Amino acid sequence: MIDRLDLWVVIIGLGLGSFGLRFVFLGLVGDRPLPAWLSRHLRYTAVAVMPAIVTPLVIWPNATDGQTDPARLLAAAVTLGVGYVTKNVILAILTGAVTLAASIYGLG
Amino acid sequence: MPAPSLSSFYWQGLRAGAPFFLVIGPFGLLFGVLAAEAGLNLFETLSFSVVVIAGAAQFTALQLLQDQAPTLVVLASALAVNLRMAMYSASITPHLGGLPLWKRAIAAYFLVDQTYATASIAFERRPEMTLSQKFAFFMGVMTPICPPWYAFSLLGALVGESIPPEYGLDFALPIAFLAMIAPALRSGAHVVAALVATLGALLLAFIPYNLGVLLAALCGMMAGAETERRMGA
Repeated sequence: MIDRLDLWVVIIGLGLGSFGLRFVFLGLVGDRPLPAWLSRHLRYTAVAVMPAIVTPLVIWPNATDGQTDPARLLAAAVTLGVGYVTKNVILAILTGAVTLAASIYGLG
Repeated sequence: MPAPSLSSFYWQGLRAGAPFFLVIGPFGLLFGVLAAEAGLNLFETLSFSVVVIAGAAQFTALQLLQDQAPTLVVLASALAVNLRMAMYSASITPHLGGLPLWKRAIAAYFLVDQTYATASIAFERRPEMTLSQKFAFFMGVMTPICPPWYAFSLLGALVGESIPPEYGLDFALPIAFLAMIAPALRSGAHVVAALVATLGALLLAFIPYNLGVLLAALCGMMAGAETERRMGA
């Protein structure tokens, strides 16, 4: 059972901290121009952070206690492939989800 | 041609963000279900989603709370997952930094993966948008993303334990992320950044408290920026 005090400390602390992270540049820097080297790095934020988060989740899924799972690997590959070729986020999600469902029921 | 009204930019933003409604649904539902299983009541689950409004960090915090990790470790890990928000904040600042402080505070609160990705791509593609048009667009983008996040968390908490784990809902987050990454690989430098980050995440996975993920992301950004500089793009 989660301790109630711990839970609320985490909810409020995480809320304040997350807002602080989102506000730090937008709120405090305002419209002063960023140096070119910083902008150049920031262009690659999304395409670097998201793969770094997602890779361990794909290779070592939580649902299988970290055992590499062919169904989830296949779904990930299909999602990435469809997204890359079609540039269509929703189509990629749907084909990925269908692939996962089909291979869980097919393989299981 | 008359200048398009601000509300038309709000609706354009709403349409651009609308596809993510399909992502937020299962994802928010999953958080609600897991929160209910962890023993959180409806008010606690809803507060979590409204106050924190960050999926991956909420899942991280919930997991570590259940593992009875020390409160400081829970906070540090979940905030580390959210460090990317600071990068989004910096990246969106050239577009929204000229707004009055209260509007910047509102934009900051709603700055999540999907709103950032959608808005920053649109702002770079259409540099002719004015400051107030960009803000209207951004509020449009967040409309089908953020309020549904609260609603689906609550719905998930209500549905509770009735969704069996073999439905593969756990994989909603990876699939959503992959679907967002793929179309963003617009140039060789973007591909290099993503590959280096992927490799880094695997090699640095042994580092505790999600710090490996942050280091891998930093390596990916540096690789992307360096590739761009050498290609003279």
